[in-house]
Amino acid sequence: MPDTSPLLTAIFGRLTLESIPIHEPILIVTFIVVALGGLGLVYTLYRYKLWGFLWREWFTTVDHKKIGIMYMVLGIVMLLRGFADAVMMRLQQAMAFNGSEGYLNAHHYDQIFTAHGVIMIFFVAMPLVTGLMNFVIPLQIGARDVSFPFLNNFSFWMTAAGAVIIMISLFIGEFAQTGWLAYPPLSGIQYSPGVGVDYYIWGLQVAGVGTTLSGINLLVTIVKMRAPGMTMMKMPVFTWTSLCTNVLIVATFPVLTAVLVLLSLDRYVGTNFFTNDFGGNPMMYVNLIWIWGHPEVYILILPAFGIFSEVVSTFSGKRLFGYTSMVYATVVITILSYLVWLHHFFTMGSGASVNSFFGITTMIISIPTGAKIFNWLFTMYRGRIRFELPMMWTVAFMLTFVIGGMTGVMLAIPPADFVLHNSLFLVAHFHNVIIGGVLFGLFAGINYWFPKAFGFKLDDFWGKLSFWFWVIGFWVAFAPLYVLGFMGVTRRLRVFEDPSLQIWFQIAAFGAFLVACGIACFLVQIAVSIWRRDSLRDLSGDPWNGRTLEWATSSPPPDYNFAFTPVIHDNDAFADMKKRGHKRPLEGFRAIHMPSNTATGIYIAGLSVALAFGLIWYMWWLAALSFVGILAVSIAHTFNYHRDFHIPADTVAATEATRTKLLTAGH
Amino acid sequence: MASAVNTANPADTNSDELVFYLQDEHEHAEGSSTALGFWVYLMSDCLIFAILFAIYGVLGSSYAAGPGPQDLFELELVAINTAMLLFSSITYGFAMLQMDKGNVRTTQLWLAITGVFGLAFLGIELYEFHHLIEIGATPQRSAFLSAFFTLVGTHGLHVTFGIIWLVTLMVQVNMHGLIPANRRRLMCLSMFWHFLDVIWIGVFTFVYLMGMLR
Repeated sequence: MPDTSPLLTAIFGRLTLESIPIHEPILIVTFIVVALGGLGLVYTLYRYKLWGFLWREWFTTVDHKKIGIMYMVLGIVMLLRGFADAVMMRLQQAMAFNGSEGYLNAHHYDQIFTAHGVIMIFFVAMPLVTGLMNFVIPLQIGARDVSFPFLNNFSFWMTAAGAVIIMISLFIGEFAQTGWLAYPPLSGIQYSPGVGVDYYIWGLQVAGVGTTLSGINLLVTIVKMRAPGMTMMKMPVFTWTSLCTNVLIVATFPVLTAVLVLLSLDRYVGTNFFTNDFGGNPMMYVNLIWIWGHPEVYILILPAFGIFSEVVSTFSGKRLFGYTSMVYATVVITILSYLVWLHHFFTMGSGASVNSFFGITTMIISIPTGAKIFNWLFTMYRGRIRFELPMMWTVAFMLTFVIGGMTGVMLAIPPADFVLHNSLFLVAHFHNVIIGGVLFGLFAGINYWFPKAFGFKLDDFWGKLSFWFWVIGFWVAFAPLYVLGFMGVTRRLRVFEDPSLQIWFQIAAFGAFLVACGIACFLVQIAVSIWRRDSLRDLSGDPWNGRTLEWATSSPPPDYNFAFTPVIHDNDAFADMKKRGHKRPLEGFRAIHMPSNTATGIYIAGLSVALAFGLIWYMWWLAALSFVGILAVSIAHTFNYHRDFHIPADTVAATEATRTKLLTAGH
Repeated sequence: MASAVNTANPADTNSDELVFYLQDEHEHAEGSSTALGFWVYLMSDCLIFAILFAIYGVLGSSYAAGPGPQDLFELELVAINTAMLLFSSITYGFAMLQMDKGNVRTTQLWLAITGVFGLAFLGIELYEFHHLIEIGATPQRSAFLSAFFTLVGTHGLHVTFGIIWLVTLMVQVNMHGLIPANRRRLMCLSMFWHFLDVIWIGVFTFVYLMGMLR
């Protein structure tokens, strides 16, 4: 530590010039690229005078559709960051043989594997899943918006603020070197004295506020805002799985919040919850974090199951097979996800009885999951299947996920787990279910609902290219890890002794390259689709011959979603309307009551970033000021009693008349 | 809404009679979801306390050769403290009764009394913490004390926020009277306040009383 004056320490805490990693060429280049890209973006927005538009129409919006889209953009941007980490790891491991140290030092490599896990789960999978739920749920249940529109905007900005905090760690200071769950005592102040773990803690805490509130919001929306006639057992399956996911969010994220608070108390105050001495118990942390962590993977996969259910039924042109069993299977998975957490650390040594219990509960989960697979297959059986992109992703999911599920059951056998624990077999398993399940589901969902959100379909050619690169790339990248895991290679290694293993890592690196092509094709797909939007245009609002309510309105839907609140008589509400020849109402429009935009969410999220930065760097004045600021802005917000307005009936009539014209032109 | 649903008998195959949309919808009463939303929030908060109780359950006897509950707790003080909080719940109840009668001034009076009881509770708790730290029973001393200070302190922090919220609401009731929005807010704070009481009864029993029996 260089000697610094007390004044500088008071102002900057432990932030010094040395904290900026100018000795890491990779980071410098990254910084330059990001800075240039950022400046270019800012200039473009300024040049075309888009700032005011973005602020008024998007940043301060309370419209669930726009918030959903912003979540998706956040998730896709962070996917690029998380994937860059993945490629760096694959390269390092493919190189570091025969005495070579690879190109990453241990300090940097350990940050990369931590950041990869944290970003992919919290800032890619979560925003993408939340984004889809946000966009689709109100439309599927025939509502105008979510229950708490302001909270929805606030939740998004808190998630984005968490991502910003994680990104700051790339260029100022360092990130945690502990693995994505930051087990103590390694993550304690004694072994991780730097700012890395603090970035981790505060990034997750800020984003966690957003996730919890969004969970409460969507849960209440589904319970309270359903259109008349939509009983619980008439809800679309995606809404059902989302309901269960949001129950899980509300019932687990507080655990994460609490356990991270305790870890920060250990680090900041010097308490002894998870220390080795003074009666602390590190395994308590491991238990608690997995009580959150295991349900978390179901938080991600359940909405994906919902997407597959919608897609299979739509593209088979049939009602979903076994709706009731699908719902019960979802609920059973929700409950069981709470009873399995210990399978993540059978090696803790809790004894045969405890391990057997958790091994068996884990295996039982495969029963409802298997029921779902059969339901999808039976839906396809004798259906008129159209192999459009969402359906292709669904079939790829079924083939991939079943194998991931089976390796999961293998890991659930405690004696086998003692061999495979912490090996690359485990890494292959969870990528198999998260990529093959969640990510394939998200791609199916993006391709499926994109026309609803923007009024034109995504390009088929580039979509198929992306699909094949992803699916083949995934298997080339992760099949070798299964093999290596069987050979006993453990995870998170930086250099290797045994030269015979290198070929497997090289194959895996090639797989990562294929996946990179898949991501590139996906971005090209979006760009090409925007470019060719006129030829891909869908005027009907129902491009896939859909079965649920979201397809009943225009694409993109008007601000108010539905001019009249729909009444539901059947599970597949819109298919039912079409079958019975329901005509769209053309007159008698009424004024519609809507919530007003507000900037409070973005202000509080910005102050939260400042608060986190102050706490991370021990800049106490900044932390205190921003905390007071957050309180003041929150209280000031409650003094605003005028939070809504009415869309006049004339405007509604004009909007609907435009749609009528488009519909007749389209035929 | 009810009539539209009733006329829509799923067994009815005559589609002419089916209604597929509501011409005139009832206005969703503003904040109709707030009660449920706030309940769900309270339950998630309850889970945070559940974790802190669990931590105390596991680490509560890890004294690390330091002082234990019997050396530290003074039940008389805690009894007074408990009384303060329980009284504040009763007085909040009186405030809600007055709110139902539409009586602004007496509502405000009872709210103020509630706040004073809350402050008394916090004052006694701070005195206890100060005393413990002074005799060397700091949160850093042992895992037991870490868990104790965190559980009790988190509850105290909640009471602190409750008081800030109470003052804010008193200002707002003063500005706008007992309008529906303010009634809804008072209702939420009421649930929050009673919830903290329930948590405290858990703390009192589980930490203090059972600690003395150790």
